[in-house]
Amino acid sequence: MNYLADVRALARKDLLLELRARDTLPSMLLFVVAVFVVFHFALPAGSSDRAASGLLWVAIVFTALLGLGRAFVPEREQRVLDALVLAPCDRSAIWLAKSIATFAFLGAAEVVALPVFALFFHGLSWSTVAGVALADVGICTVGTFVGATAVVTRARELLLPLLFLPLAIPLVIGGVGASVVDAPGRYLAFLGLYDVLFALLCWAAFEYVVVE
Amino acid sequence: MRRAHRIPLPALAVAALVLVVAALVLVFFVAPNDADQGFSQRIFYFHVSIAFTSYLCFGAGAWKALRHLWKRDPHADLESYVAVHQGVIFGSLVLLTGSIWAKISWGHWWLWSENQLVLFLVLFLFYAAYFMLRFSVDPGPQRANLSAVYALFGVVLVPVSFMAIRLAQHFIHPVVFTRHGAAFGGWILVAYLVSQAAIIVLAYTLYRVELAGKLLAARVRELRLA
Repeated sequence: MNYLADVRALARKDLLLELRARDTLPSMLLFVVAVFVVFHFALPAGSSDRAASGLLWVAIVFTALLGLGRAFVPEREQRVLDALVLAPCDRSAIWLAKSIATFAFLGAAEVVALPVFALFFHGLSWSTVAGVALADVGICTVGTFVGATAVVTRARELLLPLLFLPLAIPLVIGGVGASVVDAPGRYLAFLGLYDVLFALLCWAAFEYVVVE
Repeated sequence: MRRAHRIPLPALAVAALVLVVAALVLVFFVAPNDADQGFSQRIFYFHVSIAFTSYLCFGAGAWKALRHLWKRDPHADLESYVAVHQGVIFGSLVLLTGSIWAKISWGHWWLWSENQLVLFLVLFLFYAAYFMLRFSVDPGPQRANLSAVYALFGVVLVPVSFMAIRLAQHFIHPVVFTRHGAAFGGWILVAYLVSQAAIIVLAYTLYRVELAGKLLAARVRELRLA
């Protein structure tokens, strides 16, 4: 299982880097709490709980964007990406490892963010939590792919949200659906379908993003 | 030049012109008025044809993108870009015609309950970002690869977004407008098929014109450098 060993080594590198430098996670946490406070004032008194459920998803997508914007910065700064591409491993391992690392960061941010949301707004149903977990997979797989694309362009950080948000609209629809309706099964299944479909596409296409 | 078997451009242009005139005549003078919606319903002949053509363009763009990634077809990158470009132009026309129709039927320029319109808005945003991406990378193999990958993402996004928007109806707009009753036959069918053919031939003609222009510009640049 050489492939898995490569993925593990690469993901471990990212997690270790974060553990030592603490670049991304604290800013994501601070950002998501700040966004909740902004939302509190953006929602006039008497707004429904449903509106707050929708805003939770806005907060998740933007917090993810913050993390994704940083994802390939270490690779770019020291030209590590060139070295990784030269290394005798499958290129999709780079994408998979980075997706796992961003998933870990986003998950860690949400472990704090969801209870804070419950404290500030209203309690969370199990289907919301399941929706968040499923959507995270899609956000991280597609977002990492888009992040890798954005770093090779001249526009860099500017391009990431432009490319990512249209791709994330189905995730937001599935997530909000899972949070607000009574029978969320359909929406959770849709999120799962999105994850599988786009993960396969990213896995197959990543090589063309990093190799000329 | 390869592809000598292609239809010559002047013939295509004449065919497009004839078909568009025929479609206009059929839609405005021959097809009967819709029983419910009257005269304004005629915009549908063009709205639906343009929407279908736009999908065809995005599909063609993705097909050429696949040819680029798979066979390294030297012209495929440019062809893919031109097809997507035409798709976006026709996609904007879908938004425009849909908006006009919504205004006349329901008195609003924009309706979130019209799945087709919302889908084209999402696609418009996605493909606008495709252009940003393409013009943010220097011309070369990397730009061709990135563009090709995003053109492929686009065709996956179409059905996924379509499904998502259909699902969103259940919690955003419980009321779904349905159109029924109109018998789809006789002159209505003829008028629709002719307008569909007219828009497809028009799109293909524009595609060929833009492609010829782009190839010529590339050739001029080469000669200047030589």
